[in-house]
Amino acid sequence: MTATVADRLAARSQTTAAPRRKRSGRSTLLTVAMLLCLVYFLLPIFWLIVASTKANEDLFSSFGLWFSHMNLAENLQNVFTFQNGVFVHWMVNSLIYAVVSGVGASALATAAGYAFAKYRFPGGNAMFTIVLGAVMIPMTALAIPTYLLFAGANLTNTPWAVILPSLVSPFGVYLMRVYAADAVPDSLIEAARVDGAGEMRIFLQIVLRLLVPGSITVLLFALVASWNNYFLPLIMLNSPELFPLPVGLAQWQAASAAGSGSQALFSTVITGSLVSVLPLMAAFLFLQRYWQSGLGTGAVKA
Amino acid sequence: MPRDRASPLQAETPSRQAQRTPRRKTANIARWRQYVAAYALSMPFMVAFVLMVAVPLAYAGYLSLFKKQLIGGISFVGMDNYGRALTDPSFLGGVGRMALFLVIQVPVMLGLSLLFALILDSGMLRLQKFIRLGVFLPYAIPSVIATLMWGYLYGKDFGPFAQLAKSLGLPAPDFLAGGNVLFSIMNIVTWGFVGYNMIVMYAALRSIPAELYEAARVDGAGEWRVAWSIKIPAIKGALLLTTIFSVIGSFQLFNEPNLLRVIAPAAISQDYTPNMYAFQLSFVNQDANYAAAIAFLLGIVIMAVSYGVQLTANRKEGAS
Repeated sequence: MTATVADRLAARSQTTAAPRRKRSGRSTLLTVAMLLCLVYFLLPIFWLIVASTKANEDLFSSFGLWFSHMNLAENLQNVFTFQNGVFVHWMVNSLIYAVVSGVGASALATAAGYAFAKYRFPGGNAMFTIVLGAVMIPMTALAIPTYLLFAGANLTNTPWAVILPSLVSPFGVYLMRVYAADAVPDSLIEAARVDGAGEMRIFLQIVLRLLVPGSITVLLFALVASWNNYFLPLIMLNSPELFPLPVGLAQWQAASAAGSGSQALFSTVITGSLVSVLPLMAAFLFLQRYWQSGLGTGAVKA
Repeated sequence: MPRDRASPLQAETPSRQAQRTPRRKTANIARWRQYVAAYALSMPFMVAFVLMVAVPLAYAGYLSLFKKQLIGGISFVGMDNYGRALTDPSFLGGVGRMALFLVIQVPVMLGLSLLFALILDSGMLRLQKFIRLGVFLPYAIPSVIATLMWGYLYGKDFGPFAQLAKSLGLPAPDFLAGGNVLFSIMNIVTWGFVGYNMIVMYAALRSIPAELYEAARVDGAGEWRVAWSIKIPAIKGALLLTTIFSVIGSFQLFNEPNLLRVIAPAAISQDYTPNMYAFQLSFVNQDANYAAAIAFLLGIVIMAVSYGVQLTANRKEGAS
């Protein structure tokens, strides 16, 4: 069944990139309409920034969408010192889980995608079809048995429990296969062979750099998926010092909503959320060129 | 499977080899080397895939055939767990809720994404880059944090909507009441993913060769006509891809309702979505066997719906 998607998507990949089209007339009306839509997308982020600057009392008493007394420094201090500074652990954990999973997933997908695209070998197509079908497997179907298997292997409540399952990105393999089919000319590989280069040397020294844009796309997808992951670490980890940011913040949130401890937790959760959102937002802003061409690659090729 | 677009690397065709018997041996060695390379490159992923996907899946299938009895321990019950699930109001209710979610949220989200992508592609916008980035930015926010944020925004205590309503002397809207909460969740998911789908569609639009438009423009077709008759059919692949991923995502909903449950326990039950139900079964009720059956059935539902989407898309294509 996935075959039909793949077929069609692969067919699309043959279209060449369009030359930049002539712009028709710009419309102020359309621009204003879009800016109004933009309010919807940016307002919650604006709210988060405003709310992070407020002390707890102000959260309830002042208007939500504008600043009141500046309390940002104190909030930040609370975020980083509450429960002996466990928030710092969460940030470091999130970073480690995301980077290791992202780089690993991208490396595995790049090698496999290239193999599926450029070699015909016994079982190759069958393997690829199975991998493609795996995109549809719901996470609970996997997460619960994975938890039980990991528990049997004493891997639960370790970083491996979060990292190992995140290394497998079936969609990444699919993207890399489609990408490699186009980005690596067969003639180049043939020429290298004629010159006597071995297959591994061809891959590592010639092909790999052609695959970099596709790999970065997969890396970005995997980074985001891992940074945002909540379900897997939630079931796998017990020790707060192993939590990634989303799990930790959700726990603080539950504590503050339950009213246990001090109510002061509200502003801590909100400021903590802002702090945890900033790295990825900054990464997206700085890597704009990459992810735009990257996501483009995915869709154009896809 | 995509047809293997001419992979000339597969050494030689048999007939050509036969003509060149002296070279046959070298050709065979070359081919054998390529097999080795292909397996070496694909195996790291395949090993991880088998360990992290195939084995757990098989284990889930195995677990789902057993039942933990109070007396007598674990016993084989065949398809009993599946039979139980098919009459379980918790499971069926969750699937129904997700179907409703799918039917409303996915068209709204993808419709907005397509509209924005077409507007961006038309080149009629000022501040293009800023707008594109702004719509995409929510994707950078983890769904857990998005839900925390929206949870506060929805709140009756210090949510700005409630504050506005109060200042106007109106009753505060209750976004977290039983009848509204599904729509409030739809809003969070839409907010987060419109930009992502928009970028995927926009990138597909950018790859349409410009010549396709020229004839239409000469014939006097306007921007909307071009969009409807040329652009949308041309990006069918991207539309199908985003639709199928949205279907998969909808049925697997977990983070948003699970977190909103903290502030709206009356409106969101522990079995609100099939995923939440499976989570509850395995980690609260300690019934991994039944949870595995639920997860499997959910997978079948997702595949059936995805397959239906593809069939519909194929049929439409065949008709046109």
